[in-house]
Amino acid sequence: MEGFPIISLITFIPVIGMLVILFLPKEKVQNIKITALAATLIQLVLSVILMANYNYSAGGIFEESSFQFIDKFRWINIEGLSWIGTVKIDYFMGVDGISMPMVLLTSIISVIACISSWNISKSLKGYFALFLLLDTGMMGVFVSLDFFLFYVFWELMLLPMYFLIGIWGGPRKEYAAIKFFLYTLLGSIFILIVMLGLYFSAMEILPDGQRVFTFNILTMMDQSNYTQDGILSPFNPNNWRMLAYIALFIGFAIKIPMFPFHTWLPDAHVEAPTPISVILAGVLLKMGTYGILRISYPIFPDITRELAWYIALFGAVNIIYGAFVALAQKDFKKLIAYSSVSHMGYVLLGMASLTTAGINGAILQMFNHGTITAMLFLIVGVVYDRAHTRGLNDFGGLASQMPVYTGFVTVAFFAAIGLPSLSGFISEALVFIGAFHVESIRVITIISTLGILLGAGYMLWAMQRVFFGKLNEKWSGLQDLEMREYIMFIPLTIIIILLGVYPSLMLDVMNTSVNTLVDFVSTNFTNISLGGL
Amino acid sequence: MQVELTHFLVVSTLLFSMGVFAIVTRKNAILVLMGIELMLNAANINFVAFSKFGGFGLSGQVIALFVIILAAAEAAIALAIVLNIYKTFSNVNVDEINNLKE
Amino acid sequence: MSLISLSIITLFLPLIGFTVLIFFGKRFEKIYLFEVGILFAALIISILIAYFKLTAYINQDLIFAFTWIDFGVTPLIGEFSIDLGIKIDNITVLMLFVVNLISFLVHLYSIEYMKGDIRFTRYFAYLGIFTFSMLGIVLTHNILMMFMFWELVGLSSYLLIGFWYEKDSASDAGKKAFLVNRVGDIGMLIGILILFTNYHTFTFDEIYAQIAVGNLPFDSYAWLTASGILIFMGAVGKSAQFPLHVWLPDAMEGPTPVSALIHAATMVAAGVYLLVRIFVMLTADAMLVIAVIGAITALVSATIALTQNDIKKVLAYSTVSQLGYMVLSIGIGAYAFAFFHLMTHAFFKACLFLGSGSVIHAMHHEQDIREMGGLKKKLPITYYTFLISSLAISGVPLFSGFLSKDGILAGSLAFGNLTGHWLLPIIGFTVALMTAFYMFRLVLVTFHGKPRNQEKFDHAHESPKAMTIPLITLAALSIFIFYTPNPFNSEAGWVLSDWIRTPEQVVPNEVRFDFMKSDAATGQSEITHSQMYTDAAHHAHYPAMILSLVLAGIGILIAFMMYVWGKIDSEKLKTKYNSLYKFSLNKWYIDEFYDASFIAGTHKSAKILAWFDYNVVDGIVNGTAALGRFVSMLSGWFDTYVVDGLVNFFALLNGFLGLSLRRIQTGKVQTYVVFVVFSLLVLMFFFRPF
Repeated sequence: MEGFPIISLITFIPVIGMLVILFLPKEKVQNIKITALAATLIQLVLSVILMANYNYSAGGIFEESSFQFIDKFRWINIEGLSWIGTVKIDYFMGVDGISMPMVLLTSIISVIACISSWNISKSLKGYFALFLLLDTGMMGVFVSLDFFLFYVFWELMLLPMYFLIGIWGGPRKEYAAIKFFLYTLLGSIFILIVMLGLYFSAMEILPDGQRVFTFNILTMMDQSNYTQDGILSPFNPNNWRMLAYIALFIGFAIKIPMFPFHTWLPDAHVEAPTPISVILAGVLLKMGTYGILRISYPIFPDITRELAWYIALFGAVNIIYGAFVALAQKDFKKLIAYSSVSHMGYVLLGMASLTTAGINGAILQMFNHGTITAMLFLIVGVVYDRAHTRGLNDFGGLASQMPVYTGFVTVAFFAAIGLPSLSGFISEALVFIGAFHVESIRVITIISTLGILLGAGYMLWAMQRVFFGKLNEKWSGLQDLEMREYIMFIPLTIIIILLGVYPSLMLDVMNTSVNTLVDFVSTNFTNISLGGL
Repeated sequence: MQVELTHFLVVSTLLFSMGVFAIVTRKNAILVLMGIELMLNAANINFVAFSKFGGFGLSGQVIALFVIILAAAEAAIALAIVLNIYKTFSNVNVDEINNLKE
Repeated sequence: MSLISLSIITLFLPLIGFTVLIFFGKRFEKIYLFEVGILFAALIISILIAYFKLTAYINQDLIFAFTWIDFGVTPLIGEFSIDLGIKIDNITVLMLFVVNLISFLVHLYSIEYMKGDIRFTRYFAYLGIFTFSMLGIVLTHNILMMFMFWELVGLSSYLLIGFWYEKDSASDAGKKAFLVNRVGDIGMLIGILILFTNYHTFTFDEIYAQIAVGNLPFDSYAWLTASGILIFMGAVGKSAQFPLHVWLPDAMEGPTPVSALIHAATMVAAGVYLLVRIFVMLTADAMLVIAVIGAITALVSATIALTQNDIKKVLAYSTVSQLGYMVLSIGIGAYAFAFFHLMTHAFFKACLFLGSGSVIHAMHHEQDIREMGGLKKKLPITYYTFLISSLAISGVPLFSGFLSKDGILAGSLAFGNLTGHWLLPIIGFTVALMTAFYMFRLVLVTFHGKPRNQEKFDHAHESPKAMTIPLITLAALSIFIFYTPNPFNSEAGWVLSDWIRTPEQVVPNEVRFDFMKSDAATGQSEITHSQMYTDAAHHAHYPAMILSLVLAGIGILIAFMMYVWGKIDSEKLKTKYNSLYKFSLNKWYIDEFYDASFIAGTHKSAKILAWFDYNVVDGIVNGTAALGRFVSMLSGWFDTYVVDGLVNFFALLNGFLGLSLRRIQTGKVQTYVVFVVFSLLVLMFFFRPF
């Protein structure tokens, strides 16, 4: 693997596919689809190769040497600017145990979503071009180790998403797309401000001995790299680290989405076409929590320790509140959307515990939620394609009409409920184990366990309303699954069961990094004044 | 009566005023040219008068000579233009030769 | 082959059956036979395991464990991993046998009972996954794995209760069962978390070893008690203890063989099995709570069972009541009798349910006993097996129920004597009376007298062999001889003297009951009950036996007087104590209370929060957007009319000026000369030297 830029390839394969598609004539529908599928498949294969060559014992997090498959070179270099000196920005990518599961998740979900896009008919060329661009944006976020690069990908992903919802969406697509775009952009602004604050606070020593400001995330994690008077420098007695942390957190929280910043999600999901919902829930939401783990935690360990209680509180609110609101929904897709809010709460709770079990659980939950919710949205898509309605009360008795479909639904629903032997259970259990371990958030954890009851409540109720009871005559013509849908459901089902029975497959990948992270966050940036806010 | 500077100035002023009057009021280009000549000569009188009474040496008279030559040249060119104008427009009325306007 | 590998094989056999049936069920019609065969194999293996364990390894526990999740050396708690494993002790093999036997018999029975159902193979697949999960609970050596299989039996119970999901009542009941169980499971989960947080292991033995050396959760007795009670909450859910018992009667919506297997014999007994497993870490307070809950459950459900008219509902409430006995038994320290009763109850209650299934089958899915009567002649085998089981549950000598129930009653009497909690034995004996009454009410109304629905009676016929063989087998197992040679002394038998031994408690002496203290032990290492308790139980033995005999006799007598001899008019009693009758018939209005409080409350808060979300949280977002639009409109107006207006104004001004100045630009030199001269004059006037 030495010298082969596999990470960059994984990231940019979709863009290559996009360029090919742009050169294809509009009428060659089949070729466009196959190109897109090929691009995502190659990406998946490369991700699997990456995983196979991944060294489980390297920690990553703050040490460049223990990151793997690093691609790094000087990207932007401007010398002799008046008071800044040299501006240099690196192209710096690499993976560790936190990003590896996300890379895999992104490539899996992209393939599934690509297959799911097969019956899109409206301006296909544009759709797949934007889809692939989106794929690159997401992947880039998960592998970037330079804040500037991270931010570029973060923004890159916004634009295609806006069009994908705004053009191929449902009846209120414009509203949903604009809401999504503006809301996320608001978050991006917060991130941008903090990024600049950090840039002017941390300095890197170049090989030639010159000290320059840097966007390198790893450099920002080392206390000794900060200037004496930088606005976010721990040495500055009047630093603004607390404020910056909160701003950064809000930026990421919007993406998670964390209560009370979650309302863009149901709208975006309801209006987005099925494959985009799959991507949105499967990958996009993880970028928020990933950002917190990758950036907020190791760069601001001091504040993280200080505010962990609040993060846990918001996690619990997400869990309970999301579950309650989901219980009241009458739209199948909205129900799943709010269940996402609830499930992402577990991620927050696990992260807030700052324990190995908790953070492992959180990352595993990110992965599991990605696969499970992707499947749930596909499930809604299947029934919506056939019946053109999503009202939970419009159905009934589908179990007799579509038995195989109901079988997959049962797996997905029970995985979401957290049934042991399916993947959701492991991550939720680890989150609870980790969170309960911490005395300060123990009560919050106990309250959060109510979520598993409510979760079962809304899921089973939805199941009953749609699949049980007498078959509504209106739907007696519905067909069971077709081949394409099998191809989407079977891999996800296998992943869900496999990770439920043998979670070490994924946990071993992340464990070393998580241990490193926990150790890093609990021991660094100590004795820092939190003055000046 | 001693002829003094004031007398010269009065004469030249009268002459100048007549020139101006001719330029402003006459429509015939020839008459306008003649007005210009009058004004030039009024200036000449001034030059010579100041040369004599102002203690500037001969330079005033030299300039007066220079002006006379200039006036002659000017008259020659101007009359040639007027002649051409006349050829083109069949009159030399300055009010009507306004082709450049608009 | 070692016992461990044998037990792993039995564990996974039903899972294989499930997988095969799910994938190939549609293609091969007869594939259900595969599942039945697999269960037969599992039964044989479990008999082998039980035989070897109870002979060769009787004093030795076999443990097999492997690391499932390894976290390595973690920063906060050091070396940390989660193990899965199997522990085989005497309790395990007995339970293994019970589960496999009943499961096999139910499989056999279902071939006939479920014949013609549209989802016939699916039914067997579900039975397979149930058996797998139940065996998992039985075999596990750690509490996390137990919790996992615990949830899995919840799933199979959900699937089987809602098997006829076309009926709304069935899918409602399935959902209710799952959710009510989840309530208990939350408690269990928190209990597990308390233990794990302190001991960093899930394995029972390791946790107990830590408690034994005085390592308390959060260094307090209260937390030890709390963890015991919280884990007990799981049992409250699964074993349908008050106040979470409401799901079990509804679960009768499932097919009757399922009720026999899951909701009478095995799954609901899992709660008691859990208590048996955690018995050693129960403090006195926790035990008292457990005993009280058990007693309340036994009493409440027995009173409800008195008036129910659905044959399965009577049996369901009787199950709840008997489970209450078992839980009570754990609470008062009669560990061995709790498990013994679990076993005997499993057989006779399965027999009762299968018998009721036979009746229902014969009566073409009529479940109301008021429509039956006189079936004795039509269904002789069903009648006699049903009678034997009823005698057993009523506590009549020569039958298994007498042995186990008498032990529990004697234990409660001894407990009352030692601790002063006299209410517990009083409840215990009252329930014994009621049990005898309602069981014989059921027998007499169903099988004796004249047929009340002649048409259905005429069509009734004895069930085929596949259904009667399980009945006969189970009825036979309700006879004393399988447990003890002396029908009046259970402890003389091999089950209680050799196989089930009360383990030493590990909780500190300060929080044990006096009679559980180890310093008061007799010196025999296996028996941890103090001499005090043994003596008390010994003293209580004969009074309890006589009392329970008398009460059972009275109960049966009353039933006869009411329903056969007509000495007591039940209708008159009904009108006389109408409010009591209604209260019992409507199950103490507990369901109504839950519907009105928790369920309505949850839905109400869901609605309120959804409203809040839509109008307030999203309202703020949309409000911000609207505000933004308003501001932008305002600034747009400002831009158009003020900023741009100023620009346009200057342009306009210039244009106006230009227009007006244009007048003087005549193009005539003479005009200009006039201006020049005039201006010169003006200038000269202004800059005049004088």
